Amino acid sequence: MAARVIVTTSGKGGVGKTTSTANIAAALAKFGKKVVAVDADVGLRNLDVIMGLENRVVYNFIDVIEKTCKMAQALVKDKRVPGLYLLPAAQTRTKDAVNPEQMIGLVEELKPEFDFVLLDCPAGIEGGFKNAAAGADEALVVTTPEIPAVRDADRIIGMLESMGKSPIRLIINRLRPNMVQDGDMLAKDDILDVLSIDLIGVVPEDESVIRSTNNGEPMTMTLDSPAAHAYLNIAERLLGHDVPLMDLESYATRGFFSKLKKFFTGKKK
Amino acid sequence: MDFFKKFFGGDKDSSGQVAKDRLRIVLMHDRTDITPQLLEDLRDEIIDVLTKYMEIDEKKIDISLDKDDQRAVALVANIPVIKIKRGKVDVN
Repeated sequence: MAARVIVTTSGKGGVGKTTSTANIAAALAKFGKKVVAVDADVGLRNLDVIMGLENRVVYNFIDVIEKTCKMAQALVKDKRVPGLYLLPAAQTRTKDAVNPEQMIGLVEELKPEFDFVLLDCPAGIEGGFKNAAAGADEALVVTTPEIPAVRDADRIIGMLESMGKSPIRLIINRLRPNMVQDGDMLAKDDILDVLSIDLIGVVPEDESVIRSTNNGEPMTMTLDSPAAHAYLNIAERLLGHDVPLMDLESYATRGFFSKLKKFFTGKKK
Repeated sequence: MDFFKKFFGGDKDSSGQVAKDRLRIVLMHDRTDITPQLLEDLRDEIIDVLTKYMEIDEKKIDISLDKDDQRAVALVANIPVIKIKRGKVDVN
């Protein structure tokens, strides 16, 4: 086995990198792959919490790099889905505690044991991003339909391209189909036009994300929700399956006011 | 009917369209953001090439990247020529 190594990144914070990493990792494991999600956000770790594994963290990957423990001791096995593992980040260290060469070494150690190594990258374009991206072959760029997020995604895509990552594919997160229909949100194609990279999935805004974070259970494990569906599709596309994009308009629930508004303004879309 | 249209904000550009236009301009500017060092290097190389063919007034050269509010970006160079070299081009 030689794992595919994929970094999840965005530039801007708070767009859903960690949520995406956790859900895609769980989905890939559900499809029978052996997956490790690596929290590359040293000092601000959160992947453990999103995956609901925070109580089982003993060692972290910096302990592995510094040879305080063996890799097998640092890996946290998720008991809910076979084949799913977490490699936590250190919470009490800073991003300077590692360098890109050490990250590459770490990934090389994981590669023979897994089908997928997913690296959850910190926000920003400095050391933390460079460390996380160094070990990866492919990249997933997460953005939301807002100018600041798309702008930062553009910057990150440029950096990933210059680092030779390929393919680099886009996840549009937290899209609100209602608002797009009303012309009050950047649409999928508006974003693709300016970023001109391949899209791997669109995840609709969904309250289930908050519930799943509260419960520490990635949506793709159990919940049947629009966002869970979208992440399962993304995982399938990563596996090379040709899955059509979800019909997000069917999720657009329209209230009385918006119907009234549509009637008076005559907006078709 | 017009009152209702105005009330519901139907006569404005949708904010999505505004975002799209602003995003395009922001990215255009970002992508052509050039460091002073790069511009300096560019200037030196342009001078190297030009001096093979003509004598130019290096002190009065003005090269800049012009970004207006529209989508276009132009490299604007003003290079005073003193005299064109004749005959053989000196290529080192």
